Amino acid sequence: MRYYDKLVFELGKSGRVAFSLPEAKTGAVIPAELRRSSSPALPELSEVDVVRHYTNLSQMNFGVDTGFYPLGSCTMKYNPKINEEIASMPQWQGIHPLQPDSTVKGVREVYGKMERCLSAITGMARFTFLPCAGAHGELTGLMLMRAYHESRGDSARIKVIVPDSAHGTNPASAAVCGLQIVVVKSRPDGRVDVDDLKPLLGPDVAGIMMTNPNTLGLFERDIKQIAQLVHDCGGLLYYDGANMNPLVGVVRPGDMGFDIMHLNLHKTFSTPHGGGGPGSGPVGVCEKLADLLPSARTSAYNGNFSVILKAYAYILMLGRENVRMAGRLATLNANYIKESLKDVFKLPVEGVCKHEFVFDGLIDDGSSTGQNGATTLDVAKRLLDFGFHAPTIYFPMLFHQSLMIEPTETESKETLDSFIEVMHKIAMEAKNDPSILHNAPHNAPVGRPDETLAARQPVLKFTV
Amino acid sequence: MGSFAYFPHTGEDIRSMLDRCGVNSLDDLYSDVPADFIYKDEYDLDPAMSEQEVREYFEALGRKNVALTVFAGAGAYDHYAPAVIPAITSRSEFLTAYTPYQCEISQGTLRYIFEFQSMICALTGLDVANASMYDGATSAAEAMRLCIASTRAKDTVLVSSTLLPSVLAVVRTYAKWGGIKLVGIPEKDGQTDIGALALLLGSNAVAGAILPQVNRYGIVENHMGAADALHASGALLVEYCDPSVLAVVKTPAEWGADVACGDGQSLGIPLCYGGPYVGFMACRTEHMRKMPGRIVGQTVDGAGRRCYVLTLQAREQHIRREKATSNICSNQSLMALWVTVYLSLMGPQGMKRVNDLCFERSHYLKDSLMSTGLFEDPFPKATFVKEFALKPLVPVESLQQKLLDNGFFGALSDENSYVTFAATEKRTVAQIDALVDVVKSMKA
Repeated sequence: MRYYDKLVFELGKSGRVAFSLPEAKTGAVIPAELRRSSSPALPELSEVDVVRHYTNLSQMNFGVDTGFYPLGSCTMKYNPKINEEIASMPQWQGIHPLQPDSTVKGVREVYGKMERCLSAITGMARFTFLPCAGAHGELTGLMLMRAYHESRGDSARIKVIVPDSAHGTNPASAAVCGLQIVVVKSRPDGRVDVDDLKPLLGPDVAGIMMTNPNTLGLFERDIKQIAQLVHDCGGLLYYDGANMNPLVGVVRPGDMGFDIMHLNLHKTFSTPHGGGGPGSGPVGVCEKLADLLPSARTSAYNGNFSVILKAYAYILMLGRENVRMAGRLATLNANYIKESLKDVFKLPVEGVCKHEFVFDGLIDDGSSTGQNGATTLDVAKRLLDFGFHAPTIYFPMLFHQSLMIEPTETESKETLDSFIEVMHKIAMEAKNDPSILHNAPHNAPVGRPDETLAARQPVLKFTV
Repeated sequence: MGSFAYFPHTGEDIRSMLDRCGVNSLDDLYSDVPADFIYKDEYDLDPAMSEQEVREYFEALGRKNVALTVFAGAGAYDHYAPAVIPAITSRSEFLTAYTPYQCEISQGTLRYIFEFQSMICALTGLDVANASMYDGATSAAEAMRLCIASTRAKDTVLVSSTLLPSVLAVVRTYAKWGGIKLVGIPEKDGQTDIGALALLLGSNAVAGAILPQVNRYGIVENHMGAADALHASGALLVEYCDPSVLAVVKTPAEWGADVACGDGQSLGIPLCYGGPYVGFMACRTEHMRKMPGRIVGQTVDGAGRRCYVLTLQAREQHIRREKATSNICSNQSLMALWVTVYLSLMGPQGMKRVNDLCFERSHYLKDSLMSTGLFEDPFPKATFVKEFALKPLVPVESLQQKLLDNGFFGALSDENSYVTFAATEKRTVAQIDALVDVVKSMKA
């Protein structure tokens, strides 16, 4: 990667064009009171300028195709190329979202078959494909939770229980949905404390949001009892599908007692993350909520259709033969790294993990050298020097130096071994001379940015 | 093992990795899962397909759709997408990256988002834009929430009845569960009735109003007086915009708006049955810290080199949890890149050309349809750029079916018994003439 300094606005020259359109004859006639006073300040380039600029920008980026991307909770698995080819077939591109079903039989078949595939994998009865991302799915699912209680005339259920280890989107989605958040504590082993949960349950509880395995990558083994308790009090169970990957082909959320869930097609079902979207967050519900699905109108048309296409292509490739290995290999890869690095990183909770796990920083951070010890941030930045993306850092907040590692099933033993070797080397550097880590990255296009400056004196757009 | 292209594990790999983990089998890694939750049946999925079979399967599925020439809009427009765009957005460095958490190796993503924000500011005239939203409808719902958050102790937002039905439906859903009261602003002559809006401001409860800059009938609305009336009662003006048309019509800033939102689809994003598209939001600086979503800012690294980071993150869910401005986490980043490349290619001249051509084609279509004698013009004085509404004098269903039977999709119906047509720069005079011939054939 090399540093490239330009913004598109700094290229080009007045009068240059990169478009090719027919000449207009009379042009638009807009009355003065509705007309814009000056044309927008957009760049004026030739086509090759645009192509070179964005190609140069791309070369300052790291993707799954560049290298190992063990970003916890994000499931950065390989994105198959056939998916992209399917989604870009011209036969889908020109379809208007409001076309009647009789003209889009192929499209409707994709939705219908995809729904059946997701039902088979999750044990849920029906799905809506409107949500565009995981958090959007959470919000949609919580609306369905409230709609269910409302449909039964049960308007007192205004609280939702969220574990303290939950993804930040859980409480945020609940707040947007008008629910009050009640936090249930984790035990020292990271699992929901059933004794803490019991007194929180009552006739004002709409339900509980859980991810299983949880954000420490640990299976909530009391889930059966939790489901029983929540259902007995009249509440519903919401499954945050962000951590579904280790359960694909092994365990179905519907069988664990969950009533509503979302899936992240961009995590579990291999569609690319696109630098932060577009994703797709379909929401599944059990039979008793199925009739409510149309009420959850949370996006304009039919969801992110081309993302759904990509995920469907992946499931067809996976098939019933390979589905059983997806979650198991993801879990194997995570446990292999955990067991290989716990000699130099603190492992707060022993035992098998699922698709990911959390270290709480280095065992020896080098502070005995008289320098400041190396932090999780330092480890993350040093990893970039060796051609790896960093793990998720400082989440979950249960630990001060959280380093959350999720390898996914698409990485080979050789890739994991080279990551493990580098992590050992970094641990050794930290022990002997932590300043090497403090000053990392050394080989990236830019060094650590001044984030305080960015927030104190915000520059959020280009100005001449 | 070794029989599936996406799983690299050989049997030997698995054996030695299990040894390292101190277990005997893959299933032992699930010893913490109660045994009755382990799914033992065969999964109800089809047998795995080869890549060739997958390709042929989707080619066959695609043939089940009917190819139509699109003369419909209603928020999704068939604009031309230059070849450069997919060539850039399919670059795997952009496509297979995630949210730029590690900014040192994500300068490509961060920089195009900064450019996107700058271009949205240029189009809307406002000070600050975010990194994108899911779609136009959710951007309007988030703008509604911003109004409530930015004004104190107010619980009502006014929504124009001329907003797109798809936008209104989503705004209503968010309002219902978010405890926000919505009050509709009536229309007059096909536009938001600004006089009626002023009368609705009597109580002190109104936090803002959402008005369409181009409305459900395709009409470019006149919002003279709206901002003054709203601001006088401490409420915000939100303009729901078509960003393509914004290149030629009065900007939200010029109307005195506090917030602009809308869907970037009209900036060359393929129709693709409704998604992915990209929502956008811009606002005045004073509302910056209430803005939902990611925002990218400029700064320097230790060596003084200009670089870009995610900033103002204290608004966001991963820091603030239930106190965040929104639950949005990731957005539609790659589609923001799509729009950024589109606007880089088009420039100010290209955007003008697109609107000139849309104007010419849609007016030619309207004039031709009117000349059939089968329509009345409900809004003869209105200004429109690419979409318009007519009142058909023939049954709507038979008109729609006749068009479909002849390979056209248009005449979207409306509960007011109007139908809408749209014609972009992609529609040729020959296509328009062919559609009008079909309509003419309906004369008894």
